[in-house]
Amino acid sequence: MANVIDARGRSCPEPVIMTKNAIDHGYENIEVLVDAQVAVENIKRFATSQGYTVNVEENDEEFTLNIRK
Amino acid sequence: MKSAKWKIIGSGAVLGILAALLVKFGNPVNMGICVACFYRDIAGALGLHRAGVVQYIRPEIIGFILGAFIFAKAKGEFKARGGSSPILRFVFGFFMMVGALVFLGCPLRMILRLANGDLNALLGLAGYIVGILVGIQFLKKGFTLGKSTKQPTASGYIMPAIAAVLLILLVVAPAFIFFSAEGPGAKTAPILMSLGAGLIVGLMLQRTRLCTAGGFRDAFLIKDFHFLWGIIGVFVFALIGNLVFNPASFKIGFVDQPIAHADHVWNFLGMALVGVTAVLLGGCPLRQTILAGEGDTDAAVTILGLIVGAAFCHNFGLASSGAGTTTNGRIAVIVGFVVVIAIAVSVVVSSKKKKVASKEGGL
Repeated sequence: MANVIDARGRSCPEPVIMTKNAIDHGYENIEVLVDAQVAVENIKRFATSQGYTVNVEENDEEFTLNIRK
Repeated sequence: MKSAKWKIIGSGAVLGILAALLVKFGNPVNMGICVACFYRDIAGALGLHRAGVVQYIRPEIIGFILGAFIFAKAKGEFKARGGSSPILRFVFGFFMMVGALVFLGCPLRMILRLANGDLNALLGLAGYIVGILVGIQFLKKGFTLGKSTKQPTASGYIMPAIAAVLLILLVVAPAFIFFSAEGPGAKTAPILMSLGAGLIVGLMLQRTRLCTAGGFRDAFLIKDFHFLWGIIGVFVFALIGNLVFNPASFKIGFVDQPIAHADHVWNFLGMALVGVTAVLLGGCPLRQTILAGEGDTDAAVTILGLIVGAAFCHNFGLASSGAGTTTNGRIAVIVGFVVVIAIAVSVVVSSKKKKVASKEGGL
């Protein structure tokens, strides 16, 4: 079961901080919901740099990022 | 990843070169682009303040907004959104402008000043970084302006429409618009060139999301140096651009720098205020302008705060000049810190309460 973070509507850099908190918590399977392309890019860059793989699904102007160790 | 790095450096480089070129073709020295100063000039042109030397509808700003608007539209990223603490954003925007006009420049101009040898900008840079570090502490403690939500499409068009109206007013130049006859406001590159440069920057930054506050913030907060590379690109290429296009104006030192003063404490504090507000707002004045073009009405409200702040700065004698800071300006910076910190603390406290009330543990 993935840890789900709802970061929709959050302005920069809150989605990244929320993701960072989850990673710092040691979670290895995280799902992040965002609604801005810039948040997708920032989280992707950050999670990749932390050794995670990121898959992005787009659905109706929203994005789901699947982040796995 | 590699190409992303070159892209961000490249967008900084274009910004730096364009700024140097705009100076060559008429903009004030060390002010090829200054987002804060240019909003201040626009406020003056509209008669919101009557400082005769800083009144002009700067086409660069119009270009930033319309460039970002056009590209966001083309890429399907234009989205009308808002409702994330608009009045707090207005207040932060207001004091961001106060800090910028006490220092004499937005963070971008700070880098451009540095790239032309103005060492006073070093004090500004130190202040900006300290301000950003303060802002980060609030973010870590859970500071948030809350979620933005989808807004009626019309609200996203307001800022691009204002930009278009400003362009018409600039070209038609009706008698009720003020244009400086002397001073920085009279130093202008040709309209088409300024507009073109603005459009290029707007298009480019819509894609790369370059933000002067984001650069330092991410480096400290998440050890991500992506945007910082963009800032370094601006610095290096503005330096090269100045040496190539404006060699006569290049001068290293603290004294007699153009549209600057050597009041170190207030250069530091002015930019510190800009730094903390930029982090709390999620972006520097330049980034707010790009966001406003993409339909972000919260950024649009921030810009209204910047413009009203600029008007107050000149109506109440808060803005510095080459002669130095003013007593009113120094008081306003202190007031700004008190107000901004008080708001930030209260937001942190109330968001903590909410968190405890809504759920135990988790994220």
